[in-house]
Amino acid sequence: MSATVSPLPASRARLGLRTGLLVALLLLAAMPVLNQLPTTHPLHVSDFLVSVTGKWICYAILALSLDLAWGYAGILSLGHGAFFALGGYAMGMHLMRLIGPRGVYGHPVLPDFMVFLGYRELPWYWLGFDHFAFAMLMVVLVPGVLALVLGWLAFRSRITGVYLSIITQAMTYALMLAFFRNDMGFGGNNGFTDFKELLGQPLNTSAARSGLFYASLIALAGAFLLCSRITASKYGRVLTAIRDGENRVRFLGYNTTHHKLFAFVLSAMLAGVAGALYVPQVGIINPGEFSPANSIEAVIWVAVGGRGTLVGAILGAFTVNGLKTWLTSAAPDLWLFVLGGLFVLVTLFLPKGLIGLLKGRGA
Amino acid sequence: MSSGRRLYLDGVSVVFDGFRALNNLSLIVEPGELRSVIGPNGAGKTTMMDVITGKTRPTAGTVNFGDIDLTRMDEAAIANLGIGRKFQKPTVFDALTVFENMELALKAPRGPLACLRWALTGEAKSRIEQALEETGLQERAEDLAGILSHGQRQWLEIGMLLMQDPELLLVDEPVAGMTDAETEHTAALLVRIAGKRSVVVVEHDLEFVRALGRRVTVLHEGSVLSEGSIDHVQNDQRVIEVYLGR
Repeated sequence: MSATVSPLPASRARLGLRTGLLVALLLLAAMPVLNQLPTTHPLHVSDFLVSVTGKWICYAILALSLDLAWGYAGILSLGHGAFFALGGYAMGMHLMRLIGPRGVYGHPVLPDFMVFLGYRELPWYWLGFDHFAFAMLMVVLVPGVLALVLGWLAFRSRITGVYLSIITQAMTYALMLAFFRNDMGFGGNNGFTDFKELLGQPLNTSAARSGLFYASLIALAGAFLLCSRITASKYGRVLTAIRDGENRVRFLGYNTTHHKLFAFVLSAMLAGVAGALYVPQVGIINPGEFSPANSIEAVIWVAVGGRGTLVGAILGAFTVNGLKTWLTSAAPDLWLFVLGGLFVLVTLFLPKGLIGLLKGRGA
Repeated sequence: MSSGRRLYLDGVSVVFDGFRALNNLSLIVEPGELRSVIGPNGAGKTTMMDVITGKTRPTAGTVNFGDIDLTRMDEAAIANLGIGRKFQKPTVFDALTVFENMELALKAPRGPLACLRWALTGEAKSRIEQALEETGLQERAEDLAGILSHGQRQWLEIGMLLMQDPELLLVDEPVAGMTDAETEHTAALLVRIAGKRSVVVVEHDLEFVRALGRRVTVLHEGSVLSEGSIDHVQNDQRVIEVYLGR
């Protein structure tokens, strides 16, 4: 009896997911408001929880972008953290320029680290970053162009699977080493910090924190809608087909290189946006963001949540990071074992991730 | 006869690490013709398909479709030229429905942006439905391709080929693993398709080739051993020796 498959539970599950998503969105949106309540109020949300949730929202955007590339197009990028970090650095450069003469050394133009390292003038690639619009353009353009070049070389040569993953991993590692160097002009291992303001608003106020929180939430909703449109279109089905049988898609007359490039570049741009929203909230960006471990962790979020479903990617980012925040304070030594164990368990027993578990119920 | 282009292979050789998969192979398929290609394992049947569809580059020789040189084009370009291929192992997209598989194959602009903007028009829909009917899959349109039976997957592949509106269809072992009834259905389907389009069928099953009832080419060790009607090749002494006699 229970084994009979009818189409109804599936659509009902989808409806349930949509409703759940909307409720989750409203709950998130309420957090900065509840933060304003007196600390004694039972519904008060702590500063810590608001700021950590703001970070998770950025991670969720990164997870969505990775899911588009991996879950749909089958491009397992182990270097998506690099696109996130590049977006973050572009935003960081803007924030550094906005410090102006308020730095420790009081130089009118040069950021503190440049004065310290003996720079006489701003390197050419720092020009224009004092303009918000230019910086935002770079937030998407720099990761996008890197993805375009890397993707073009790899996809055209028909590099797929584990080889492609290794190349993306090498890319983020190489960038990490490069950004550690002082003479790159990106602050070496200290990176950027001590940000003062953004869009004329001081960053250390609760209004600025709420503003960034809402900007991230809107970006997440926008990214979700964009990815939904893409994956529901025929293009989304072409991507799925490439994932499951790229050769066959070629013989249908599709230039799969173009299709994969389009998805990969778009995905890198989304990751850049996530990084740009992340940096002003945490107040620092340094080469550690390029660490290969970060990219791998992002893959685990998507795998745990359920790759190939957009809701799954978001769910995975929140679940794993929530667990991480709790465990790294409750039992710091355990975290890496739990993370590794989680990945193994999900791969073995929940190939469709948590979302598969949720959808499976009742059907 | 249709006014399409003819497929012309002359002196084609393919060498893999010293092994001659094709050896000075020459073959002409006229527009609208239905041609069966048979031969023992390793005779070069699949390599021939690979050369025509751009998967393998010939070491020597000419491969033309009309007056277009196919050896200079990649798989996607050749597919868009009007040459469709069905592989030996059915490769339909399991995660998509039968209808979506057909829609993916339907002749339409193939770029990412065109696919993003794609909206299913009434004409496209009726073309897909027509192909579903022709292949006998109309009942399964909304099912995932992953749950189809072996025979149905083969028909879906042939249906997908039709959606590409090709001038030339290359069909590799369409009836392998099929029941007798399915084999019969497939033969009728291919005969219906030919005429408007050229069809090249590679097959092991001689009963099936007989059912198709058209010109047969026998390959052996990478070149043409014999060519003619099924009765002619079955009585050819060389063919009996290398293939039928075993």
